Formats: sequence, structure tokens, C-alpha cells
Amino acid sequence: MTIARLFIANRGEIAVRIVRTCRELGIETVVGVSTADRDSMAAGLADRAVVIGPPHASDSYLRVDTIVQAALGTGADAIHPGYGFLAESPALAEATTQAGLRFVGPPAAVIATAGDKLAARALAQRAGLPVVPGREIATLEEAEAFAREHGYPVLLKAAAGGGGRGIKLAGDLAQLRLRHGLARAEAGAAFGDERLYIERLIASARHIEVQIAADERGGVIHLGERDCSTQRRYQKLVEEAPAPALEPRLRAALLDAAIAFAKAIGYRNLGTVEFVLDADTGEHHFLECNCRIQVEHPVTEALTGLDLVALQLAIADGEPLACAQRDVAFDGHAIECRLVAEDPAAGFAPSPGRVTRFALPDLAGLRVDTHCRDGTLIPPYYDSLMAKLIAHAPDRDGALATMGRALEQLEVEGVRTNRELLARIIADPRFRAGAVTTTWLEQAPA
Amino acid sequence: MALTDEDVSEILRIIDESAVEELTIETPSFSLHVNRSAAAPGRDRLAAPAPIDPEPAAAPPPHSPATPAPGAAEIEAPMLGTFYRTESPAHPPFVEVGDAVAPDTVVCLIEVMKLMNHIQAGVAGTIVEILARSGELVEFGQPLFRVAPAGE
Repeated sequence: MTIARLFIANRGEIAVRIVRTCRELGIETVVGVSTADRDSMAAGLADRAVVIGPPHASDSYLRVDTIVQAALGTGADAIHPGYGFLAESPALAEATTQAGLRFVGPPAAVIATAGDKLAARALAQRAGLPVVPGREIATLEEAEAFAREHGYPVLLKAAAGGGGRGIKLAGDLAQLRLRHGLARAEAGAAFGDERLYIERLIASARHIEVQIAADERGGVIHLGERDCSTQRRYQKLVEEAPAPALEPRLRAALLDAAIAFAKAIGYRNLGTVEFVLDADTGEHHFLECNCRIQVEHPVTEALTGLDLVALQLAIADGEPLACAQRDVAFDGHAIECRLVAEDPAAGFAPSPGRVTRFALPDLAGLRVDTHCRDGTLIPPYYDSLMAKLIAHAPDRDGALATMGRALEQLEVEGVRTNRELLARIIADPRFRAGAVTTTWLEQAPA
Repeated sequence: MALTDEDVSEILRIIDESAVEELTIETPSFSLHVNRSAAAPGRDRLAAPAPIDPEPAAAPPPHSPATPAPGAAEIEAPMLGTFYRTESPAHPPFVEVGDAVAPDTVVCLIEVMKLMNHIQAGVAGTIVEILARSGELVEFGQPLFRVAPAGE
């Protein structure tokens, strides 16, 4: 390993996670912190912490120039962006490389293509991956023709939009005629661009993603899939691997598709190819590619026994993949729960504050990735993730049992958390039956 | 939504720690207007808000601000970067110990990715100590100079 000192451009549990692997590998760590994170666990564990700016991320964790300057000024050889913040910023990848440092992630051009939804979709289609049927439409007649071909319901979206704004659902021809004009007007008002995109709605969907790893020579392997269907308002809450009740043929198709996409885009380092699975038809469609380590990566680590941060660093260092596909073994079942500081009584609004007590259960087969301990301050400026609980057992029932006990024994005081919601999910017969869809939680009785 | 005293304190704290000079928030239930530009230049750094975490940390803070002498102010780095006392190696330092400075006196440069930022004193007085070394990385908020304020 030629990387001797790593600059960590992130905070929270992932910064702690990266420091831990670096300690095992003998790599020195520098973590860039905002003034709100001066006393964070990552700042204490790293060999050095430097204050990069004030609390607001736009003045600290999102400043490309400051982060590269901090890495250069502290003598780091490489920058690890973690997830979120600048992890999928082509600008950081580019500036890091321009400064003569290694970026622990794919090249800027790959990040840029993957981040452009239409470009990524077109590339996936060229690589032979199925995508959710959809196209840009200029007129109502074109929208009607699309719906005749692919069936209802359909979604109308602003072609220039994003973030779920201005999306209209049409269940039949009458609704399509009624809402087309409205969607067009809203797209124009919101984005200054009246172009619309029409897509078939997958009403009953599972979210399944494939972990991939690619070295600098173009070698690509997959590390299995994860099922992330349990979501609340599009935020993942529980992830598991292997995906329950997934037919072997479909699983193989997903893994092959992920590898094909990685090769087509020229992927490097660790990444995730996301798919939406139509639970009614069994069809799978490419969704997007995430150019970073994922929050839920420990689920894959539990099954494969691999350290994915170590793998990222080895790839960034130019080493070929240490294991061939046939050497990757998958052992048992793993489930991850995301503990967040949110107040269930206030519609799950963020609940920042000081954690007065944080006691983790000590259970066989339980791993906890966290930046919290007694006295930790959860600042109001960042996401509310406190800890990830990962239960690993020979089978799904065993993992569910461990997770149930862990959530029951976990003690958190000082801030409100979603612990009880997680416990209800793990105990819910529908979740225990497996193969839930992305909307099951919102359909669940209160 | 009713605002509690805690909410107001939190809003003020966030504003205090941010770079905004003027802020207007309007919601159906309240409106808030804050303008602090009149107080910004030459602000006495001793009046800086208390650290966000008053409890002792398990590890030493990233940089340990020295306790300023009574009556002294500090000029802090407004950004992370490389600290330079001179415009270029051929130039003399912007300021030396004993020099009088006005709020708009340039006291140093901070380089961020080849972009040179002139840093002004922000306070009137006399430089009594230089706390950072030329060519070194300085962190956001790190004290760079100690100043005996004028007229005290």
C-alpha cells in the first residue's frame, strides 16, 4: 500500500468506520471537521483532525477547494469522501486527482455519467439492461401512444425536474388527458422547461441493489445483492442480504446485469447498481448506479467476510482485485437497521440534541457502527443517522432474532429515536414473511 | 407551529455561527429579521460564542486556542488554508509585532487551492503576538494574531 495518510472528507459513523480500517492497515488518518464536529468520535480517533469550516455543510463538508487544500496541507496521499456530501461530486474527484492525490472512488467522468439519470439510463440500455419503460414526450398524442403500448398507470414528470417535484399519476386515459396539461404547465413554472417525461408506474416494487467492485485494470466482480425495500418516504430503514424469496434465476440476472453495467461505464472502485423489481410481473429494471460506499455496506461485509473500505483503498492504490469471483463466498443472512435521531411523535422530524445515555447490547452476531456514546451531541446541521445495527446469523430467522433482542436492549436517552419503529418492523409478520415492497410500511396499520 | 424560547436560541445560534449578515424568515406563524452587519467589522473576538460542546472532550480539540490575555483580541483564520505573512517571498511581512492595525488593514494571506485571500484585521489596535507560522496550514477559526485593542 503506497497510501500512508488518508484524508477523510466526511463525518459521523462513516468517518469512524474509515478510521477503524485505516488503523488496522497502518494508514494514518486526518479527518476534516466542521466546528460542530470538533469533539466528534471521528475527530478523537483519527491521528489528526483539522477544522475545515463552520457547521453548515455548504461552508465546510461541501467545499471542494477547502477539502483538497486541507488534504494537501496535512500531507495526505488520498481523499476518502465517505457517502453523502461530496462522495458523488465529479468536482472533488477531479480536483483531488489534479492536486496529485488519489481519490478513493471512481474517476470524475464515471461519476458524472452515472449522476446524469438520462445518460445512465441510455448507457444501461446499450449494455442490454432492462430499464423502466419511459420516454420524453412532446404532445398529449405521444403520451397516449406510450400508455397504449405499455399500459396504465403512468407517471408524468418534468423532464428537467428532479426530487419528485411535479410528478403526476394517471390511472387511465381520462386522467392522462386531464393531467397532461397541468403537468406541462407545472413543469414550465417550476423549471422553466415544459418538456415532459412519461414512465410506467411500477406500483408494487422491490428495491434490490448489487454491490460491485472494479479494479484499475477493469476487472469487475460482484459481492452479491442487498434488499433495501423497507423504506419510509424514500429513505431506507432496513436492509438485508441475501434478498429474501428471490428466485435463483432472477438473482443471477441481476448480478450479471450489474457487472454488464459496470463494464459498460468503465467503472472503478466500489459501487452499487440499483434495480427496481416489479413484484407483480417479476421483471427487473435498472434504476441507477451509486458511485460510493453505501450506508448499508456492512450487510455485504457480514456475508462475505470482506472489509469493503480496505477493498476501496487497495483499488485506489492501484492493486488488482485480491479475490476472483469464484473466491467470494456468501455466508448466512444479515440484516441492518438504521437508528436515527427522529421524533416519532413529531412525524419523524429530526431530533438533535445531546445523547445523555447510549448503551449498546453485547450480543453474538451483532455489529454496531456508530459515532455515538454517552454525551455525544447530535448537531442540527446534518443527517440524523446515529448508528447502524447489523445482525448476522446462519439464517434469516436467526438474524431477525438477534436484531429483535438488540433493539429491545439498546438504550438511548436524551434524543428521540426510531428504535420502536425498527422493533415493530422486525416483529411484523409481513416483514418476517420476506419479499416486502417499497410501500409496505406506509400501508401498515399504525 | 409555535416557536419556543429554545427554538429562538437555536436559530440565533445557527445565525451566529453562519456567514450571513442579514436574514429574513417569514412563515405563516412568525417572521424574523436579523441584521448584524453593523456589528460585524472589528468585532471583538473575545465576544465569540461559547464552544458548541462545553463538556471536556475525550480527545484534545483539533487546534487548541490559547487563552487570550485580558483585554487582548484575536484575529482568527476565516477559512482553512495556507497562511502567508507576506505577499510574496520578496515582500516584507504585512504586519510585525508592534504595528498598529485598523479593521481594514491586510494582515496576512490565506491560500486555498492557489487562490490568495487577503485577510483583514477586523479590529483596531496593536499587534502583540503572531500565533501562526508562514507557510503552514491554518484551520478555520485558528487564532493568527493577538491584538491589543485601541482605545481601551
